Amino acid sequence: MSETIIYTMIALSAIGILAAVILYFVAQKFKVYEDPRIDEVETALPGANCGGCGFAGCRAFAEACVKENDLADLFCPVGGNDCMTDVAAVLGLEAVKQDPRVAVLRCNGSCDHRPKTNQYDGALSCAAAAALYSGDTGCQYGCLSHGDCAVSCDFDALHMNPETGLPEVVDEKCVACGACVEACPKSLFELRKRGPKDRKIYVACRNEDKGGVAKKSCEVACIGCSKCFKVCPFDAIVMNNNLAFIDSDKCKLCRKCVPECPTNSILEIGFPPRKIKTDLPPKPAAKKEAPAKPEVKGSEETKTDNSDQK
Amino acid sequence: MLKTFKLGGVHPAENKLSASKAIEKLTLPKSVFIPVAQHIGAPAQALVKKGDQVKVGQLIAKSGGFVSANIHSSVSGTVKKVDLSMDSSGYPKQGIFIDVAGDEWEEGIDTSSTLVENFEADSKKIIDKINAAGIVGLGGATFPTHVKLMPPQGMKAEMLLINGVECEPYLTSDHRLMLEKAPELLVGIRILMCALEVQKAYIGIENNKPDAIAHLQELTKGDRSIEVVPLKVKYPQGGEKQLIKAVTGREVPSGALPIAVGAVVNNVGTALAVYEAVQKNKPLIERVVTITGKSVAKPSNFLVRIGTPVQELIDAAGGLPEDSGKIISGGPMMGKAVANTDIPVTKGTSGILIMQDKEAKRDKVKTCIRCTRCVTVCPMGLEPYYLMTVSEKQIWENAENHHIMDCIECGSCSYTCPADRPLLDYIRLGKGKVGNIIRSRKQ
Repeated sequence: MSETIIYTMIALSAIGILAAVILYFVAQKFKVYEDPRIDEVETALPGANCGGCGFAGCRAFAEACVKENDLADLFCPVGGNDCMTDVAAVLGLEAVKQDPRVAVLRCNGSCDHRPKTNQYDGALSCAAAAALYSGDTGCQYGCLSHGDCAVSCDFDALHMNPETGLPEVVDEKCVACGACVEACPKSLFELRKRGPKDRKIYVACRNEDKGGVAKKSCEVACIGCSKCFKVCPFDAIVMNNNLAFIDSDKCKLCRKCVPECPTNSILEIGFPPRKIKTDLPPKPAAKKEAPAKPEVKGSEETKTDNSDQK
Repeated sequence: MLKTFKLGGVHPAENKLSASKAIEKLTLPKSVFIPVAQHIGAPAQALVKKGDQVKVGQLIAKSGGFVSANIHSSVSGTVKKVDLSMDSSGYPKQGIFIDVAGDEWEEGIDTSSTLVENFEADSKKIIDKINAAGIVGLGGATFPTHVKLMPPQGMKAEMLLINGVECEPYLTSDHRLMLEKAPELLVGIRILMCALEVQKAYIGIENNKPDAIAHLQELTKGDRSIEVVPLKVKYPQGGEKQLIKAVTGREVPSGALPIAVGAVVNNVGTALAVYEAVQKNKPLIERVVTITGKSVAKPSNFLVRIGTPVQELIDAAGGLPEDSGKIISGGPMMGKAVANTDIPVTKGTSGILIMQDKEAKRDKVKTCIRCTRCVTVCPMGLEPYYLMTVSEKQIWENAENHHIMDCIECGSCSYTCPADRPLLDYIRLGKGKVGNIIRSRKQ
């Protein structure tokens, strides 16, 4: 009986030793050299694996950093400049600083602003709805309100507001990974430069229809009147296809364009309330201007409301 | 025992409300909008500009490539503008607006109703005429017919299948054509057979149209080359691949065209359009459209000029019923809900269905109970529940490996699902994405 146990042990040990020897030589033969710096770079990265850098996760990005030997085109939006400085220190390279960015929704077509023209009862996915038709309002460019962006956000920074039917970005949580930009079939998200104190001014509209058509489908649509374009002292506004676009890299947040917009499609967020010069009740004589002014004021109230929520 | 396809299929309530209504000519509209892209393939290029005078049958947009089709004016009058307008999907599409004045036809078009039986048996000339007339598949898919008649090199058509199945509930336009225009239809079939150089044609008709079957059998008595095949009623028998399987027993391989098994399928409407193009010199400018629905006052079959606003059809059928919930272009299974009634009738509009509010509503989506009914009914042998899940989760690789591109979008899975899951909605989305991926890979 004991003999059986002894023989078994000897045989198994022999097999084990033999296998170990084979494995050792095989491992030596097929050894793949891996740069130890890849591990170091990976530790310096946030480990979110969000894909915001354009690579399939943090490991792939670390490999790319080591391989490229140049950090000009490589940037981790989640970790930001601090993280890239660490990566550069590991590799002995120089990091290219980039402005921190934040996602903004270029549509303000809430239920109040944009009347519904039909009812959708298909699959609750923006992608499915966009593949079928232009949307349940007159605006074919606007938000479809099914929340593909909120599902795509790995950082809990996007939520659908059931009252407006629009997604809202939590600026503090947004890391500008760009997942929502990819997810939105209407390309409504833009990664804009983060202003001081998270202030931002942008045209919350992507409607490229002619003024009348745009205005009919949504009361806060950009009608392409170019008023903001004319007033901008920094050439930050570009007019294209009946649509104004404020370049966040050039915009100095002077807010001159905001009151110019006749449809209030330019939003200012994060600013203190304006000292309103037109606080006086509108003169009854100025009939043409009278409706415009209270409208501007009203919209500013909603804007400050918005900024409170943010 | 009647023939049918083996795999899957459903049998929705037929509701052929307008089956006994003869085809009526719809009065000319005041203005039409004729989109330049009414077919699969490249859009046509507009040849007219604002202010031009056009006649009925005049070429107004030229085919934009091999897989494309000419567009002819369906009315006479003045071109108002060439501009964008909403199509049924709500996206703007290029098209030609024409204000109607009188009804003056282009010279050389035979508008009489005399039957012309003899034709010149020259395949190339016939195909050229069909190409010039801008004929596309009138069953709904709108694939240019001349392309179908020119099999790719190394492939040979053995038979022509004429699709008189009309398996979609409610629709009756093909049924009426087979009853009222049978002699012309048969000439059209002979022309198509000549163009394809085949000796045999089958007309597949579902058994719920016994009058059409009897009528065509009577007319083809003694002609061995054309055979009427009665088929068991089952949806989606009107699908090309299903019809081939039902009539010939041959199965089109995954990813291949019907020509791979030697078959070319054409709709009865297309065959009639071919007759008119070749024998009467008349381009495709009008088609039969069924307007129907349970609450519609007068469900009818109208002969409608292309470009007529859908609203005109609704008015002619007694106006929009109060309890309307959805207006569908096409049949209830594969048709598409339209967002407004100003959209035009195009070459592919086989019917307008007005659904009642209560029947149009989709039920709340529940969780999948793994009953596999969708798998049982899928006529292509796919696994719809799985394709939906991978499309929802955006795992396109798995979707492609499970043959999502073979889906014919018949909607049997969504129809049968006891949990009311939007199976086809997601599969269609996945199909679009996978199609794009495959195309970009080829480039």
